[in-house]
Amino acid sequence: MIVLDDVHKFYGSQQILRGCSATISLGEVVVVCGPSGSGKSTLIKCINGLVPFERGSITVDGVSVSSPETDLPALRARIGMVFQSFELYPHMTALQNVSLAQVHVLKRSQKEADERSVKILTRVGLGGKLGNRPAELSGGQQQRVSIARALAMNPQAMLFDEPTSALDPEMINEVLEVMQELAVEGMTMIVVTHEMGFAQRVANRVLFMDRGEIVEDTPKDQFFTAPSSERAKQFLNQVLTH
Amino acid sequence: MSDFDWGVIARSYSFLAEGMLLSALLVLVATVGGLIVGFGLALMRLSTHRLISVPAAGYVTVMRSLPLVLVLFWFYFLMPLAIGRPVGSLTSALIAFVLFEAAFYCEIIRAGIGSVRKGQSDAGLATGLRRWQVLRLIVMPQAMRAMGPLILNQIVIVFQDTSLVYVVSLHDFLTAASVIASRDGRATEMYSLVAVVYLMICLSITKAAEFYRRRRPS
Ligand SMILES: Nc1ncnc2c1ncn2[C@@H]1O[C@H](COP(=O)(O)OP(=O)(O)OP(=O)(O)O)[C@@H](O)[C@H]1O
Ligand SMILES: [Mg+2]
Repeated sequence: MIVLDDVHKFYGSQQILRGCSATISLGEVVVVCGPSGSGKSTLIKCINGLVPFERGSITVDGVSVSSPETDLPALRARIGMVFQSFELYPHMTALQNVSLAQVHVLKRSQKEADERSVKILTRVGLGGKLGNRPAELSGGQQQRVSIARALAMNPQAMLFDEPTSALDPEMINEVLEVMQELAVEGMTMIVVTHEMGFAQRVANRVLFMDRGEIVEDTPKDQFFTAPSSERAKQFLNQVLTH
Repeated sequence: MSDFDWGVIARSYSFLAEGMLLSALLVLVATVGGLIVGFGLALMRLSTHRLISVPAAGYVTVMRSLPLVLVLFWFYFLMPLAIGRPVGSLTSALIAFVLFEAAFYCEIIRAGIGSVRKGQSDAGLATGLRRWQVLRLIVMPQAMRAMGPLILNQIVIVFQDTSLVYVVSLHDFLTAASVIASRDGRATEMYSLVAVVYLMICLSITKAAEFYRRRRPS
């Protein structure tokens, strides 16, 4: 469903992605991990065209992300994205956050959009927080609103960029549980995370990145028991002993 | 105290009011027009195409380094040459004010847009919103928080600057007052009045700015 082929990304003369290739099929959950600065965020932002890349190609459902003919907003509307720092709109309530793109992108009526938003917010356990602004919500609640905002668009796939890294430890699980439910329902997901417990429970595959390369692309079990590269072994030792 | 004759104010009331009306008109047109043109300039400056952003940046730099008096003169003498017929001092002053203030509003708007984290527009774009929708629905409402007080502050500056239109022989409030002051030899009374009026207007705008800040905490 999502195919990355030899993606190269530069910031000025600095090369950030060095030929990344991977295929994510429908319904698959792929966890991406790797040291800080290895290009994980850059890679997933390339997938929905938030970050342009210089070489290679990415297609979503056969549609090229980098082709000038592609209607990028339409493509993005089909891919949900969740950010490390939530990025809820601070001047809107939880309900308004979730309804906004339904109204302005999918052209649903305000009423229709709000009904769907209520349903989804209730599903992520926030039926009682519809009228609250982001500043009045805990980190875990904010991140669940942001997941609801993405889900409200009926996306075909979801991208998560370290969705729990900014959360206090006691809030991590409420967010991971929502994500796990999604995975069980068959959502195609690419998740950048260092939550190895989540990877072990939910992922089909693990991509390990280092210095702009996908060093390892292996089924989950193999990644944890017998990683093939030295760098992945070192990384696993570090995160698992934390 | 018997030297003072405050009756001069009442006697010259309509002349002063006319001056105030002109000041108000200049402030209004300069602010509304300046914001509209400034918004366009700000969008141009934020463009990734250098062919669009560089001219806008050049315009802003030039306007901001010129004294307003010079710009007023310029349009007064150049506009008729450019369009082939006289335009009158009021029209040329209004155009000069709008184009001059646009450079300052451009920078205020640009700073406001810049104060909104990039992640906010990324989040909007990721849901499929188009750039102008992201700007209108997500970025500008947040930018207003930073911009509101700066815009009010700029209005105070424009109001004070309106006195410069005397160079194209227009009578704003201050100019009107000084005309009376020298005609009737009542400088103390007239300039006291001007000071009090300016103080009151600027104070109320400043208070409005404070109110605005308190109403929309960042
Ligand atoms: N806008 C930018 N301009 C220049 N360099 C950038 C930009 N964004 C990212 N980089 C660089 O690209 C590299 C990869 O960044 P990226 O954010 O993708 O890493 P990451 O794997 O997500 O790291 P982290 O775990 O810290 O989030 C880093 O060296 C970073 O400094
Ligand atoms: Mg990152």
